[in-house]
Amino acid sequence: MRHVISILLENEAGALSRVAGLFSARGYNIESLAVAPTEDSTLSRMTLVTTGSDEVIEQITKQLNKLVDVVKLVELTQGPYIEREMLLIKVRAAGDGRDEVKRLADIFRGHIIDVTDTTYTLELTGTGSKLDAFIEALGPAGIIEVVRSGPSGIARGEKGVHV
Amino acid sequence: MELTGADIFVRCLRDEGVEYVFGYPGGAALHIYDALYRQDKVKHILVRHEQGATHAADGYARSTGRPGVVLVTSGPGVTNTVTGIATAYMDSIPLVIFSGQVATSLIGDDAFQEVDAVGITRPCVKHNFLVKDVRDLAATVKKAFYIATTGRPGPVLVDIPKDVTAHKCEYAYPKEVSMRSYNPVTKGHPGQIKKAVDLILAAKRPMIYSGGGVILSEGSKPLTDFVRLLGYPITQTLMGLGAYPGTDPLSVGMLGMHGTYEANMAMHECDVLIAIGARFDDRVTGDLEKFCPHARIIHVDIDPASISKNVPVEVPIVGAADAVLAEMIKLIKAAKKKPDKDALAAWWKQIDQWRAQNCLDYDRDSKLIKPQFVLETLYELTGGEAFVTSDVGQHQMWAAQFYKFDKPRRWINSGGLGTMGFGLPAAMGVQMAHPKSTVCCVTGEASIQMCIQELSTCKQYDLPIKIVNLNNRYMGMVRQWQEFFYDRRYSHSYMDALPDFVKLAESYGHVGLKIEKPADVEGALKEALKLKDRLVFLDFITDQTENVYPMIAAGKGHNEMHLKPCKAVVSTDRELA
Ligand SMILES: Cc1ncc(C[n+]2csc(CCOP(=O)(O)OP(=O)(O)O)c2C)c(N)n1
Repeated sequence: MRHVISILLENEAGALSRVAGLFSARGYNIESLAVAPTEDSTLSRMTLVTTGSDEVIEQITKQLNKLVDVVKLVELTQGPYIEREMLLIKVRAAGDGRDEVKRLADIFRGHIIDVTDTTYTLELTGTGSKLDAFIEALGPAGIIEVVRSGPSGIARGEKGVHV
Repeated sequence: MELTGADIFVRCLRDEGVEYVFGYPGGAALHIYDALYRQDKVKHILVRHEQGATHAADGYARSTGRPGVVLVTSGPGVTNTVTGIATAYMDSIPLVIFSGQVATSLIGDDAFQEVDAVGITRPCVKHNFLVKDVRDLAATVKKAFYIATTGRPGPVLVDIPKDVTAHKCEYAYPKEVSMRSYNPVTKGHPGQIKKAVDLILAAKRPMIYSGGGVILSEGSKPLTDFVRLLGYPITQTLMGLGAYPGTDPLSVGMLGMHGTYEANMAMHECDVLIAIGARFDDRVTGDLEKFCPHARIIHVDIDPASISKNVPVEVPIVGAADAVLAEMIKLIKAAKKKPDKDALAAWWKQIDQWRAQNCLDYDRDSKLIKPQFVLETLYELTGGEAFVTSDVGQHQMWAAQFYKFDKPRRWINSGGLGTMGFGLPAAMGVQMAHPKSTVCCVTGEASIQMCIQELSTCKQYDLPIKIVNLNNRYMGMVRQWQEFFYDRRYSHSYMDALPDFVKLAESYGHVGLKIEKPADVEGALKEALKLKDRLVFLDFITDQTENVYPMIAAGKGHNEMHLKPCKAVVSTDRELA
């Protein structure tokens, strides 16, 4: 089962490697990991996507909580939550195909953020499956480079994960 | 007044109440060593290898409950501590390790004696720090001690670059620490404790299984009261021995791979298992599929991650063992329901039948020295009062089986990591902390050679340790597994080219005795114990075919123990052949 965990972490050198090291040392999967400082510069927010049985996820959250740099942690997948990921993608866009790429971007509500004579660079935000669908619609032939941020998540409703 | 980082560091140790620092100098730590030289409050013990420093600090911590302190230089100094740090980590021992580091301006340049100490130790510390600014030094030292000693204890490393020890600032040692990201619990949840007590009082075949956590939380007294109040059988793990008196009739001995028949059988048959400060290690549980098939399980542990990690638990209680036990005692005393006397009597009758197997029996008429006999005699001659450290192997298991510990913090061994080389330096730390007490290091001829250099430290500081070397000319535990599971192919387990341990001890300025006959065992031990101010190296030439029984082989359950017979394997014995 796929689980999304939101973690508030001390914004300290090495904090990220403690989390990454925990996963490799104990043999847990990391599907993706997105991290950046928050409005409070002493804290980072990490959205971590992992897979495992309920027992494994329980161990993962307990072990994460044990890390001294972890301030707070919520498993988003336990309640209603929203997940978004950003895709930057560079595609060939020459001749007839050029219009087609633009049309597809419009359908998926993507933006063109850089243009050359032969390429478009597009930005698209959404759930992972939406990004997958867009990439598939473009087809492998035209793709020059794909950059994905990994999902960030936030719980629905009034409550927030903060200190 | 402004002080240098080095002076601040030493003042921190003083204000933290540190008595001993076990260490070894080098370039990056020289400002600190200079500051140590200019004061006399904190005593520095110079070891002969940094691994020895960590084990010595560890022995100090295990025998006192106070944190052990280590000081080493950068690079090889700190890499040499890794085994000792991992040893402490696995057994949740509070250590604070200070390592010198190259100057902040050089970090990352592959400078002379630079290693990423924080990176190398990360997987085996509770937490670690790199101090980049002298103004953070005192607060970091304070945090390090706080983290090491609270919650589930463990080692904390503080890496201090050389320039930080030269820079100056005002000194103030923080009175307390508050960390938003670290708030260990101590008290258990009252609702859970109530649930546990109901289950405990309803048990027909109860079993108490206690571990090192009881010792770490100073929970020996409440554990003893708890067990006696209920009259239930108790088994203790290798790490927990002594928390409950081993000579008490309610104690059924150690459990696990080389535990007693009665302890393991009772585990298998019990209907309620009360686990306290123990972590269901694989050497304890045997095959998890076959573990305690009839039991409803209560687990008290300070570390939530230990609960339901290996074995699903019905009543989890996160809290310190001493506090939770005290709460449970209150509820049991107040409860209307009392333990079921008839059921308990029947249960004890069954346990006594298992006990009657006398599973630790050995051949007392042997012409060769039986290791068990040495330990039994040691136990008798010291009245069970000695501190006993051990290395890793058969001798460790025999020490755990035959020395009956009635008090906590007397049995000092590397249970989690199983570190050969631990015994002698650990004994140094114990002896420093308890100068008047008898400290014995039970070891094997293979293990003792892993930190043998510390004999020199023992001489320098007059540490009158009694080294009980059970010399079977084999890595006995390895040989035993090869005998059982590898069709007696004794691959690289024979200890060839052994030194003359008597001469070796003498060359370091100690007393050495070689004992070859059972009849001489008692006399030699008596003589050694009489030499109160000398280290004595007792080299017992033991029966090298002896195996540790009982034994649960890998993949087996508690009810599938091998008891005897211990067939001698003379044909492969190079000395007898
Ligand atoms: C540092 C280290 N290396 C290897 C081992 C694996 N090992 C466990 S017991 C043992 C043999 C110990 O032999 P000895 O010290 O003579 O004790 P005995 O078993 O003979 O009592 C070995 C090699 C270990 N535990 N630690």
